[in-house]
This record gives sequence, structure tokens and C-alpha cells, in this order.
Amino acid sequence: MKKTVLNQTHRDLGARMVEFGGWDMPVLYRGVIAEHLAVRTAAGLFDVSHMGEIQVSGPQAQVFLQYATINDVAALTDGQVQYSALCYPHGGLVDDITVYRFNAEKFMLCVNAANSDKDFAWLQQLALENPGDYQLINRSNDFAQLALQGPEAAAILSGMTGVDLLCLSTYHFCEGDVAGMPMIISRTGYTGEDGFELYCSPAAAVPLWTALLEQGASAGLVPVGLGARDTLRLEKAYALYGHELSEQILPLEARLGWITKFEQGDFCGRDALLAAKTAGLPRQLIGLRLTEPGVPREHYPVWAAGRQVGEVTSGTMSPSLRQGIALALVETRVATATSALKVVIRGREIAAERVKLPFV
Amino acid sequence: MDFPDDLKYTEEHEWALLEGDLVSIGITDFAQHQLGDVVFVDLPAIGERVETGKAFGVVESVKTVSDVYAPLSGEIVEINSELLDAPETVNNSPYDDGWMVRIRPDDAADLDALMDAASYQDFIEEE
Repeated sequence: MKKTVLNQTHRDLGARMVEFGGWDMPVLYRGVIAEHLAVRTAAGLFDVSHMGEIQVSGPQAQVFLQYATINDVAALTDGQVQYSALCYPHGGLVDDITVYRFNAEKFMLCVNAANSDKDFAWLQQLALENPGDYQLINRSNDFAQLALQGPEAAAILSGMTGVDLLCLSTYHFCEGDVAGMPMIISRTGYTGEDGFELYCSPAAAVPLWTALLEQGASAGLVPVGLGARDTLRLEKAYALYGHELSEQILPLEARLGWITKFEQGDFCGRDALLAAKTAGLPRQLIGLRLTEPGVPREHYPVWAAGRQVGEVTSGTMSPSLRQGIALALVETRVATATSALKVVIRGREIAAERVKLPFV
Repeated sequence: MDFPDDLKYTEEHEWALLEGDLVSIGITDFAQHQLGDVVFVDLPAIGERVETGKAFGVVESVKTVSDVYAPLSGEIVEINSELLDAPETVNNSPYDDGWMVRIRPDDAADLDALMDAASYQDFIEEE
């Protein structure tokens, strides 16, 4: 199992460790709910060094990325970040990613940990089929990544950097020093709160982690594990690869129509996605809230009108709402016809209603 | 962690306590600690039968779903319905307010087959 450079730091903090995407990661330190609420009300610090980074550079880097990704790379300016995805020719998802534009000839993709090697191999294959003046470098081992998230994140970070964070708006990044160490400071995250993702050298990760926790302690900053990372993203209805997204799921089914830019020109998967859109999508991702006690979980069947119409892709007890919430992939006809559905939990039909997303 | 001497313990981390002719059942401090924040407890109906070693309820944390097994056979005579609204009581008070069910045992002598506090502590240290 792979370890981030912060592995021993997590153990020293008493974290419970679990395997995630081939990595030995902290699932919680003190408790998922306390950590979740800390991020919603103050701030949390996450080790997300398991995420992968792929650099694409050269005069034709943008041309290649315009083909490889489904969003419009040409819309990016220097220092901007874009949520996007990689699709197979049949339209299914290779991964969801963020694209960083440093300049017209240098981009970086941040990819899911479990998909990192697969993504790089896929991009290399695309590169073989679409040769040009650009190069791909897997830089996953060059970066550690910490995420500082929550309403207090900017106040905490501003005391540790010369960078004027007021000038760094959401989904933008810059290169600067934090605690005297050079890094990429990105105003992005996976919690739905204001916050930053800091890409630093592996050697800087432990001192950065320690400095951040020290600086943020009085503002309520706590270390947060993958358990709360999952409940935080689910309350905001952010998709997670392997759950809402997969090789068998189209971005259009998974509420990613807004990043599927057919007008950007040709891209891998475009023909299949356009055909699917024209034909009409048989299923779609919706939000459910249980109106009876219970906790919906992945793969639980969703019923309506006496038959199964889909299944839960992710579910939890929402720490903010104290109610069971779920994302579910269901038949479009049913999803649009009724808001009263059932989630089958241990053989019992539990009442649920379709709700607008995000949940929180 | 706390393991009261007056309780009996199972390898599945339940506790049982004979009170008069009824037996109270819950999960141990070790179990609640392993689970983390308990967010839902599913209990059987009064009058249902439970069998030694068979699941009678479910306790769910944010991340996990775990069965709760009957330490001995009998009939459910009372359930702790407070847990339906306040499942975190299982974390805060696993041996007192966090009790789950009371059963009328078929044979209270079945309790003798369970571990005492010292044996249970040895058991979880080996696990």
C-alpha cells in the first residue's frame, strides 16, 4: 500500500487508517461528525497527497487537452482552474479532473488517486493517436497536497503567506510561499466551503501541515479524514469516481452536462455523448432525502410505483441535516414523474423524496 | 475504555446484564469506539424472538453498518426507543442509557457461557 509523506504524522495524531485507492489514508482522527462540522463552521485540514498530478506542456498542449477533456480548455486564462473530465470514445468516464492553466504552453491535471496510473496510461494512448508538439509527465511523486477548507481558511492562510488572498478568487491559483515554502496555492476544494488546495514538494508537507495546524488552532482548525471528506462532498452533491462516475456512466447522466461542451469542437467521447443526448438519456442522477429514519447506502435499490427504478450511488446520514441523504441513478421517466420514492433498506421500503441539489 | 465487572460479554462485542428475570443487552465501549459516531440504530419489535448468536438489530455509524447479535436466546420485552432519536447515546453511554433491548431469556443460565470482564479484555487485546 502506498503512503503519503504524512503517514506517520497521521498515526501520531491517533488517526484511524484505512486503504483508499491503494493508499493508506486517515479515515478519521477524532470523529467523522465533529470533523465534518468543524469544516462547515471553522476549518479543517486534509492530507490529499494521494491525488495525482499530470503535467501537459508544449506549444500544442492546449490542442491536445481540448481533445482529451470534455470541458472547453480554451476558455481558461493563466492562473485559472477548470473542473473537467476524461471520457472514453463510448462516452463513459475515465475520470473527473481539474485542469490548471499556468500559461498557454503549460497545464497540470489533478486526478483521482485510484485513477492516477490509469489516467496517465490513457492520456499516453491518446497522445500516440494524436501526435503533436507537447509532452505528458506524470508528476504525482513530485507533489504532496494539503487541503485547507472552511469559512476560516482564508483568515488562517493569510497569516502565513505574502500572497494577497483577496485577489485569488474561486477556481484560480497562483505560485507563492506559505510558511516560507514555495507551493501552488489553489482556491479550490471538495467540501463546498471556501478553501485552498496547496501543492508543495513532499519534503515541505510535514512542516506545512504542522505550521497550518499551529496557525489555525485558535480559529478551530482540526485535521480531517476521508470519512468527513466524503460526507462533506455528498452534502454538496459532488460526484465521486467509482460511485456517481464510472466507465459505464455518461457525464450527462451524472449531472455533468454543464462541463460537457459540445461547442468546443471535437473531443474524445463527443460523438457518443451527442448521440446519447439526442436519443434521450434513460437514467439520471438525482438527490433523495429519506423522510423516515434510516441511512441509505451505495447499491441500495430505489423503488417507485412498485418496482425497482434505480439504485443509490452514494448515501449517508447527513451530519448537517441529521437525515439520510443519497445520490441515486434512476430512470429518467420516473425521476421526472414522481418525487415520492422508496429506498429499500434491509428488505424494508423506506420513504424518500426527491430534493433539489445540493442537499446543503 | 471501560468494562464493568457486573456485565457478561460476547466475542461479537455485546454485553448482557441480568436484572431480575430480564436481561439487558447493548454493545461494549470497545464496539462503540470501533464504530465511531453512531447515527442509526435498528431494533426488533417487542415480542420477537432472538436466538443466541443470531443478529437481532443493526447499528450504523457514518461509514459502516454492523449487525448486533443476541448473547442468548429469549423474547424481546422492551426496546430502547430513545436510541431512534438519539443514536449517539450508544457512544456516550454504552452500558447505561445506550442499552438496546431487554429480553426474557429462555434460560438465564446461558449467561454463564459468556465472558466476564477480565476475559473480554484479554479477548480484545488479542484481536
